[in-house]
Amino acid sequence: MKAVYLGIDVGSVSTNVVALDEQGKVLHTVYLRTKGQPIQAIQEGLRQLLTALGKDLKVKGVGTTGSGRSLAAVMVGADVVKNEITAHAVAANFAVPGVQTVIEIGGQDSKIIILRHGIVTDFAMNTVCAAGTGSFLDQQAARLGIPIEDFGRRALEARSPVRIAGRCAVFAESDMIHKQQQGHPIEDIIAGLCEALVRNYLNNVGKGKEILPPVVFQGGVAANAGMRRAFNRALGTEVIVPEHYGVMGAFGAALLAKDMGLRESAFRGFNLTEMEFKTGGFECQGCANHCEVVELREGSRLLARWGDRCGKWSNAVAV
Amino acid sequence: MKVTFPHMGHLWVVLKTALEGIGLEVVVPPPCTRRTLELGVRHAPESACLPLKVNLGNFLEAKELGADTIVMAGGVGPCRIGYYAQVQREILRDIGCEYEMVVFEPPDVHFSEVLEKVKYLNRRPWQEGLRGVMLAWQKACALDYLEQRVQHLRPREAQPGRVDAVFQRALRELAAAASRREIKRIVRQAEREMATLPLHTGRTVLKIGIVGEIYTVLEPLVNLNIEKRLGTLGVEVVRGLFISRWINDNLFKGLLPLPSHDPAKTAPPFLNHFVGGHGWESVGDAVTFARHGCDGVIQLAPLTCMPEIVAHSVMPAVQEAGGVPVMTLYLDEQTGEAGLQTRLEAFVDMLYWKKKRDKERRSAGAWGYFLGVGRGS
Repeated sequence: MKAVYLGIDVGSVSTNVVALDEQGKVLHTVYLRTKGQPIQAIQEGLRQLLTALGKDLKVKGVGTTGSGRSLAAVMVGADVVKNEITAHAVAANFAVPGVQTVIEIGGQDSKIIILRHGIVTDFAMNTVCAAGTGSFLDQQAARLGIPIEDFGRRALEARSPVRIAGRCAVFAESDMIHKQQQGHPIEDIIAGLCEALVRNYLNNVGKGKEILPPVVFQGGVAANAGMRRAFNRALGTEVIVPEHYGVMGAFGAALLAKDMGLRESAFRGFNLTEMEFKTGGFECQGCANHCEVVELREGSRLLARWGDRCGKWSNAVAV
Repeated sequence: MKVTFPHMGHLWVVLKTALEGIGLEVVVPPPCTRRTLELGVRHAPESACLPLKVNLGNFLEAKELGADTIVMAGGVGPCRIGYYAQVQREILRDIGCEYEMVVFEPPDVHFSEVLEKVKYLNRRPWQEGLRGVMLAWQKACALDYLEQRVQHLRPREAQPGRVDAVFQRALRELAAAASRREIKRIVRQAEREMATLPLHTGRTVLKIGIVGEIYTVLEPLVNLNIEKRLGTLGVEVVRGLFISRWINDNLFKGLLPLPSHDPAKTAPPFLNHFVGGHGWESVGDAVTFARHGCDGVIQLAPLTCMPEIVAHSVMPAVQEAGGVPVMTLYLDEQTGEAGLQTRLEAFVDMLYWKKKRDKERRSAGAWGYFLGVGRGS
């Protein structure tokens, strides 16, 4: 029996699962698209994990994170449920001990986390804009007909990056189209776009925070060589991309579960990949709030309800 | 004449009592809900700040219940509240919603005007009206007192939600109370019930101060029930803004012995001047909370609120000097619950770590002293 700790990060764009051994070494990672169906994504993630690691596993702890953390926690029986900022900070500090700044850019969210002496002292998340950097890069790559894997590399071939208006993704796109119509080489435009997004990040998310090295750059966007170089230039210091940059949330959640040192995990077992989960919902008519209450059922058994403001429905279920 | 007014937290209890006290028929708008917000957002300019939108929704919902006159506060100075009543009057007229508006400008600037408006509204002999107003004041004090008990108990109660249930019942009873004796009885009863609630043992409770623009701080619809959320996360919330204190500071000139903000003393050197709204108070309160050992401060403001933006820009200096982390949250109708919850959880996590580390350091320091390490003999 192999003892493992699981971390599950259910985000709006991707769902990731990470398995760690007792030393905190990563045994396997799964990266999936959520496609708006978190339940299926979680089941598929666990299925792939089983295929890769074999059935002979003893789960000693499970942590969930991401915007779907509560749903995932109820579904799999998690021992710890943590927000993505904490999970990312824990993972970054484990991967690069002594890290002082974490830049995290995912599909929808971007964040900055400031650590000093191993603890978080400040953080920020995208607010009014600077949202969806990853999705935006994805979209631009598709529009230009360049596979997203090659997109960043093309930026490195640029000779003189074009300056692109980067305050908002919508303006950036129209400015990009304008520059294309003017006839700038595509490499220069991509490099310019990366620089614009970095400027946007530093102005809207970084906002005057003291960015000290070592700087860790993680999240799906860290795969983009153009973005990495743009950060190097803008910060004047090297940014470190850890090995498992794309699944750091799940990694952190697994580390947090491991840290709890539980004797018995609340994990509901791998047969949950075969179970039938159903979500349903209704609009409560109890008051003028008309809350949208969501239910999670396993077969006919009600597992949890949430979404009501007053607790009339969520408190009625004993999980 | 059927008068109504905008909601702001529990303000309706106080206003209803006062207006009924001077002999008016009062229509309390239905409690703020998503519907209120949707109605307001539909008719208000997109860039207006959130209070204007919610207020507008209140007026439209009160109209459905037969209200025909609005009583509300105006303002002078850099904050946009001075425009609210005028903008709302125009919007209501445009959509064919007939209302008379009685707007109270700050009494320290327009004292005779205020008197005239009160005279216009008053339907009773002066002494009787005054009694109603006094009753309203007593209710404000009772509510604020009970709410502080709730803030204290929320992170400590073993079954989340129980203390809020007690408070909600007391709130309804207070709204109906007709004498000072009754108010006292309701408060005593609520306190007795709160004292019997089962508590957590040995939970570390953090203390977070809430500062910011008064409407976003006091109205749970727009701040997405931030105090309850923090309570469940194990946080005792403290704030300087209460209806009774606001009345005392603004209407009674701070004559009564209630704690007041006094930003002129607390905010400098970070902010030396009134900037409109509650911007100055936000900075002053953040400093006060840092001095009184709060673990963190959360600043709340409606998106695009100028006074709070000014305050926000000096918060890093307060954070640096006071050693207290400050997080600013801007709220509007686009604010998502998941995003807010994540930020709150992360902030609270961070403060827990900080507290734990400080404690370890202190105890290490104490041991060092004990063993004579690191000190010259």
